[in-house]
Amino acid sequence: MRKFLIGLMALAVVGVACSNDDGAGASGPTGSTGSTGPTGSTASVDPCAPESLNLLTSGTLTIGTDNPAFQPWFGGTGTYGPWKAKPDSGTGNPASGEGFESAVAYAIADQLGLTADQVTWVPITFTESFKPGDKGFDFDLNEISYSPDRAQAVDFSESYYDVSPALVAIKGTPITDATTFADLKGYKLGAQIGTTGYSYIVNNIQPDAQPAVFDKSVDVIQALSNGQIDGYLTDAPTAYVNVLIGQVKNGVVVGQVPAIGDQEYFGLVFGKGNPLVGCVNQAIEALKSDGTLDSLEAKWLKDVTFPEIQQ
Amino acid sequence: MSVGGQPDQEYLNDNDDTVGRRSRILGGGGGGKGGRGRPEGRRAVVIAMISTVVFFGVIIVAVVNSAGWTVVKQTFFNGEQFRESFPGIARAFLVNVKLFLTAEVFILAFALLLAIMRSLPGPVFFPIRALSIGYVDLFRGIPTILVIYTLGFGAPALDLAGVPKSAEFWAVVSLVLVYSAYVAEVYRAGIESVHESQVSAARSLGLSRWQSLRFVVLPQAIRRVIPPLLNDFIGLQKDTALVSVLGVVEAARQAGIDNAATFNYTPFLATALLFVSITIPLTRFTDWLVARDRRRRQAGGVR
Repeated sequence: MRKFLIGLMALAVVGVACSNDDGAGASGPTGSTGSTGPTGSTASVDPCAPESLNLLTSGTLTIGTDNPAFQPWFGGTGTYGPWKAKPDSGTGNPASGEGFESAVAYAIADQLGLTADQVTWVPITFTESFKPGDKGFDFDLNEISYSPDRAQAVDFSESYYDVSPALVAIKGTPITDATTFADLKGYKLGAQIGTTGYSYIVNNIQPDAQPAVFDKSVDVIQALSNGQIDGYLTDAPTAYVNVLIGQVKNGVVVGQVPAIGDQEYFGLVFGKGNPLVGCVNQAIEALKSDGTLDSLEAKWLKDVTFPEIQQ
Repeated sequence: MSVGGQPDQEYLNDNDDTVGRRSRILGGGGGGKGGRGRPEGRRAVVIAMISTVVFFGVIIVAVVNSAGWTVVKQTFFNGEQFRESFPGIARAFLVNVKLFLTAEVFILAFALLLAIMRSLPGPVFFPIRALSIGYVDLFRGIPTILVIYTLGFGAPALDLAGVPKSAEFWAVVSLVLVYSAYVAEVYRAGIESVHESQVSAARSLGLSRWQSLRFVVLPQAIRRVIPPLLNDFIGLQKDTALVSVLGVVEAARQAGIDNAATFNYTPFLATALLFVSITIPLTRFTDWLVARDRRRRQAGGVR
């Protein structure tokens, strides 16, 4: 028994020693990225030149987004990897360059000095986009709203689209007459998890009934068709497309809700501390000042403004 | 207790007393009832304590010194996030409680019906038995989440007059359908563990087939299956989290909402603690219930 105990102690010592090694080994690189190591040495070289970009795979911009990818954010036809674009069902092909987010992605790549061929898309679900540890992408582009809480876990780029939610309901139902938040109080509302729609309902509209929260947009739409919810909130361009292409049968966009507090915006999601975010922000700035972003918005998001539902 | 009953099924067999079990956990020298007062018993306790401290010490030290610990601590064990999310999750947990309590009542009744249907003897009752067997095979074989998902979105789409559309209603229906299949099998094991001679004796005393089932077989059968029934009840409690796919905001979904809003995983820890705070006391309570029942029956046997 004593032998056994000694063995156990020895094991403990070895374990501690090993794990200390791990700790020291890991703190090395983290420390150096924090200090001026790479940035200092590149004082003479442009850190955002294509060859010096901090990319997952050198010479390739790996972008994550969810599968399926939905219009109007992703359009086009054909298949790419796991994505299959069926325009009639509202799904798109991220590599098509069509649809707002796809177009923005290729515009950013172009600003970074990369060609369209150097862009690779990987399927990343919303929940994967913020998981701790190594990311499988350079950035994720998936209609993800910035918030200060979220920014503690990941890094966000500047806004590439300022978003405001809109309310979708079934034509002819009583909720379609709503013009103020007070009119909405008595209805059962729904939203997709993690979207601006849900936080907007809870923080601003504050209905009497607990809003329903679904994993996927198709579930939200099904619940609306079933009459399990009276209406749902989603970003205005998605609301527009849901109704336009008939994903919601007999659907109507009741109205848009005003921005309350800070303007909500979609940002690209980066792993925490990824220096690439600075270069991408420069690219977004350039796309804003030369009017590219505005023209892409006009082209792919059309004029999606609806009557405002007053607070 | 049946006299010369056929051997209980494995999970019904719970005959070791608590003292014996405790000493086995400690690996007390010589096994069996290693008395606490005896020196080798005390030695066993000391060794067990040291071994435990060293074992968990190594694990904790290794985890805390790992490269990713600071990130994990910040995202999974964040005190501030815990305090912020806990009240909302606790409120949502009441939905889980409501769901599993409601469902359990119907499950216990419906499953008993299924089990009785299956144990009806004779060729006349073959279709009833087949129905019960088919039902159990089907619903035990389908993943619970699929039943909830298809029924919860499909049934309201039928737009049947007078049938509720609420997600909670269909969630309970789905859980009852699935769990009744499991619980029916538990009941059946209990019923089959009661020896046929018991029924013969009851019938010879003039009880009808139904009366012998009601007054002789079922009381013995159900008493024996209380632990596995509780096992399924705990399973049910946890599976109420699956109901979130229908949009119901229960504890796990509330944690998911907080997680999606903050990209922090601590809310899931809060949810786990809430579930465990119910299941662990319930397990201990059943252990106690079973032990008490056994003591009473043994006392009866000696007399």
